[in-house]
Amino acid sequence: MAKQAVGGDVGASESARSSPGLGSRVAELLLRQREASIFFVAIALAVYFQSSNSAFLSSGNIRSLSEFTYATAIISGGLVMLLICGEIDLSVGQAYGFAPIAMYLADQTLVLPVAVIVGLLATAVIGLINGVATVYLRVPSFIATLGMFFFLGGVNVILTDGFPKTAPSGSFLTEILGGADWSGIAWCLLIVLLMHILLNRTRWGLHTFATGGNPVGASEAGVKTAKIKVGNFMLCSALGGFAGVLDALRIGSIDPLAGGPNIMFFAVSAAVIGGTALAGGTGTIIGAFLGTVVLSIMQNGFSLQGVSAYTFNVILGIAILTAMTLNVYVGSLRRSGRV
Amino acid sequence: MAQARQEDNATDAPPEALRAEGIVKRFGALTALSGVDLHLRKGEVLGLIGDNGAGKSTLIKTITGFHRPDEGQMYVDGEPVSLRSVAQARALGIETVFQDLALISELSVYHNMFLNSELTLKPFPLLDNRKMKERTKQYIDDMGVNIPSIDTQVGRLSGGQRQAIAVARSVYSNAKILLLDEPLAAMGAKEGAMILDLVQKLKNEGQVSIILIAHNYSHVFEVCDRVNLLQHGRISYDKPTSESSVEELTELVVAEYRKARTTS
Repeated sequence: MAKQAVGGDVGASESARSSPGLGSRVAELLLRQREASIFFVAIALAVYFQSSNSAFLSSGNIRSLSEFTYATAIISGGLVMLLICGEIDLSVGQAYGFAPIAMYLADQTLVLPVAVIVGLLATAVIGLINGVATVYLRVPSFIATLGMFFFLGGVNVILTDGFPKTAPSGSFLTEILGGADWSGIAWCLLIVLLMHILLNRTRWGLHTFATGGNPVGASEAGVKTAKIKVGNFMLCSALGGFAGVLDALRIGSIDPLAGGPNIMFFAVSAAVIGGTALAGGTGTIIGAFLGTVVLSIMQNGFSLQGVSAYTFNVILGIAILTAMTLNVYVGSLRRSGRV
Repeated sequence: MAQARQEDNATDAPPEALRAEGIVKRFGALTALSGVDLHLRKGEVLGLIGDNGAGKSTLIKTITGFHRPDEGQMYVDGEPVSLRSVAQARALGIETVFQDLALISELSVYHNMFLNSELTLKPFPLLDNRKMKERTKQYIDDMGVNIPSIDTQVGRLSGGQRQAIAVARSVYSNAKILLLDEPLAAMGAKEGAMILDLVQKLKNEGQVSIILIAHNYSHVFEVCDRVNLLQHGRISYDKPTSESSVEELTELVVAEYRKARTTS
């Protein structure tokens, strides 16, 4: 009798599992593949803005969309690595400003290719300092990089005497590094691809997940969590610097006030909307890229519609809160094993 | 059979996987270990029991190179060693499965299985997921453990399954001496039985020597060849399980409680 009841139970749950409707199958896909949901959001937004204004998908506007996207997407890729480690870099927007300035100063005495490398190395050193302060001096990264944020912000103005400088231009290198149309987004796509491989197909990426998911367990298993964290701080900062160089060479001007909190917060928002949790242990590069695309589409689309920047901020705020709430909810569903 | 082996060991010099002599470990004014003498024969399962605060975890951490002893000498395979790091202990084949298991919940079974000894492709050092999956599947089949899928995130598995993965990881990373730190803590009877079966299987294969740290005496008697009782930072009792009993050990510990009550 009891056995029969158990058997019946199993049968019932079996049939419920084997015949899901299309809707629940799509829902399951959205929950399982974090990138899929944000991808559909991007498509839906593009369709909406195109239907309300046919200029949205014109080649000129797609180019300006790409210019909105690439620098933030590169930065958010670096931030994803750090967020997975359970750390954050609030100073990455200043590294974005600092690299072109370091490049500019080096370019006064050195050849440009070397100057570019100097700029990137300078930001890697910034990341090294952030990492050492966080890992070895045990200052929480939120505080350590907040300090670096103010420090670099001041340094950027001091080094330029507060005046924008004319960026090097007209050479093959400057054309490749942002000067030519589409070069920025091409770099961005290449970096997203490489970062995706780094995160998902290499030991470094696996150890990054391990470091954020279970720091004590990872080090007991022999993972060098300190090295992973410091390395990701350096990577994040250098990517911020590279994005800054691309933008400076595209715009043709090196602005001491470029970057700062705005681009950093956009990049963090993009990572979060793309499914990276601030608590560490999970995250995707492609999700962060798509998150940036969604933010760019919204910003660009709303400005085409004549919606003010303030309204955009309200919508962005709602989007972040919604994404985070969904993240927490989906996370608890996953943990309970229902998805 | 077991009898024969013991007699064999008694006559010849028994091959020892591990020996610790007079291990002392102090933390400031606190003496955690006050002269531990312990030995582990090859292929043996040694049960180590002791109250909270008796020094069990300090002893484990000393054997695995996490702590350096203040006094005493360790021998691995008869050779004197002074362990400076966990990595060095591991290189000598000493592996520990800690209570927290050192598993990463977010990662798959096979990535956990190869954590920090990942297989990579050539020439580009990308993860060789296919090979890691194949081997993981083989390891898990060999150990006779039931894991639903090796693609599953470890966080979704039961406590016993997680423990089995951690044990498998240690065994297949060429452990010669395996320390299991309370593997049955907070585990149901069915799960616990699975782990005890696993230990029994490893014992039958005879490739690894095991120190099983346990709270529950009956588990010790189920799989261990010998039992050591750690009290006040030294081994106060060392007998083959065939000559010991749950009652005798319980009496020893109860006596200690009685003494503690009268002296306090």
